[in-house]
Amino acid sequence: MIHIIAFYLFAVMTVGSGAITILSRNPVHSVLWLILAFFNAAGLMVLAGAEFIAMLLVIVYVGAVAVLFLFVVMMLDIDFAELRAGFVRYFPLGALVAVVLLAEMVLGIGAYHAGGIQLGTPSGTASTAAGVSNTAAIGALLYSRYLFLFEAAGIILLVAMIGAIVLTHRQRGDTRGQKISKQNARRPDEATVNVKPEVGKGVTL
Amino acid sequence: MTAFFQSLGMSHDWAWFVSTICGILLIALPLMLAVAMIIYVDRKIWAAMALRRGPNVVGPFGLLQSFADGLKVFLQETIVPSAANKGIFLIAPVVTFTVALMAWAVIPFNSGAILANINVGLLYILAISSLGVYGTIMAGWASNSKYPFFSAMRASAQMISYEVSIGFIIVCVVLWADTFNLNQIVIAQKGHVLGIFNGFVFNPLLFPMWVMFLISSLAETQRAPFDLTEAESELVAGYQTEYSSMAFAAYWLGEYANVLLMCALNTTLFFGGWLPPLDIPVLYLVPGFIWFLLKVGFFFFVFSWVKATVPRYRYDQLMRLGWKIFLPTSLLFVVLVSGYLMLTRYS
Repeated sequence: MIHIIAFYLFAVMTVGSGAITILSRNPVHSVLWLILAFFNAAGLMVLAGAEFIAMLLVIVYVGAVAVLFLFVVMMLDIDFAELRAGFVRYFPLGALVAVVLLAEMVLGIGAYHAGGIQLGTPSGTASTAAGVSNTAAIGALLYSRYLFLFEAAGIILLVAMIGAIVLTHRQRGDTRGQKISKQNARRPDEATVNVKPEVGKGVTL
Repeated sequence: MTAFFQSLGMSHDWAWFVSTICGILLIALPLMLAVAMIIYVDRKIWAAMALRRGPNVVGPFGLLQSFADGLKVFLQETIVPSAANKGIFLIAPVVTFTVALMAWAVIPFNSGAILANINVGLLYILAISSLGVYGTIMAGWASNSKYPFFSAMRASAQMISYEVSIGFIIVCVVLWADTFNLNQIVIAQKGHVLGIFNGFVFNPLLFPMWVMFLISSLAETQRAPFDLTEAESELVAGYQTEYSSMAFAAYWLGEYANVLLMCALNTTLFFGGWLPPLDIPVLYLVPGFIWFLLKVGFFFFVFSWVKATVPRYRYDQLMRLGWKIFLPTSLLFVVLVSGYLMLTRYS
């Protein structure tokens, strides 16, 4: 009973907030609705018995990605009316993307129902064996069968991160950066002088 | 508790529902009372360290000071700035307050005294604490004023930076305890070192992790010396500048509930939670709940102590500490801890 109520609550909220994300006029509101959609999707994951994925969804997407997203959107001064002006021009491209996504979803679900995909366990069912926690099951699978794929994903992310740093980092000669070790190594006797100036005479530094 | 309500003649679903509601009230109401008292204790400790008297007028020893403050704030007028984004401005304190209460669901107060004994308890705490930043960001942006906005920017950068190292520290604890369940983590600490000390903190490999966790939890809750989001010399009152009345009080309560949560996490992850400090049968006569409260109280004293004695960091120092010192060190310790466990436990 409570499962059904929870499912429809999360599902309606996910779809609804996803729709408002697109329709909202204010980009900051859009991001906030997107966060609500993420959160409710995590709730759906919990209902499906994938609590590990649910928590990761909240930690990674809500806790890190969406914060940075919000960060950027808040800083931008976007004129949304101007964005909407190109609606007709970009509509064919948008429709094409939607068709591709729809086709992928239909094919994926079809293949899954036909039994062509083995997810998680050898029998192809998504549920893990009784007594094995979600986290342990994912870990065992990720570090045995998918070890090289997992490590390849890690390397790709590392390369992307280093690439982003290399592209944005530039050395400027005219800035005076702080060297913490130099600051900490400074002692009072080399930074201060005690002088007793005579009356009418200044101090030369 | 579900079994008790079932014995009253309810069906299992209803008994579960009622017992969960009761559990939530049993945690949330004493927590609110604890927050009110802890604000008083914080002010008293701070005053004592500055050789002042602190609050001593309302009630015996000033014990009712927080309630008087609460009443005062409650009777104030709620002001919504005309340029503010009203919806988000009003939701932001609610978010902060709710999130501060939500994380308590997985904290074990005693053996088995835990509202949601879930497998991914520690991940849940990480997830919820990463939500906490939204209350601050939303307030800063919706206030449409420059100081709250600066504060929100600072808060989000600060919390994201320190969550990274907190994540790695937690990985070390989880590796050693072999579970994400907080109750199991506490049980794993029983007789952890030499069979007599209860707590990961007595482990030489995990002790540096605890020091870093304590400092990171100060940064995560934006307490002094990392209270740059409310640096009054630069930002007035930070993200709460435009808030008044109960919205302001919600921030206040949420902040202290978060501080208590971090104290409880220090206790649970490193100091053996509801276990007594030493694995001696006599000490088990004292209920685990009392040990838990004592440890949380001790950590709160440490938090106040730090607040009273340490000057505020500069923002670049804060970032340097988070990214250049804590992140590499905690990463190194993940390697060390997993290497040690591979050598001893899994070989």
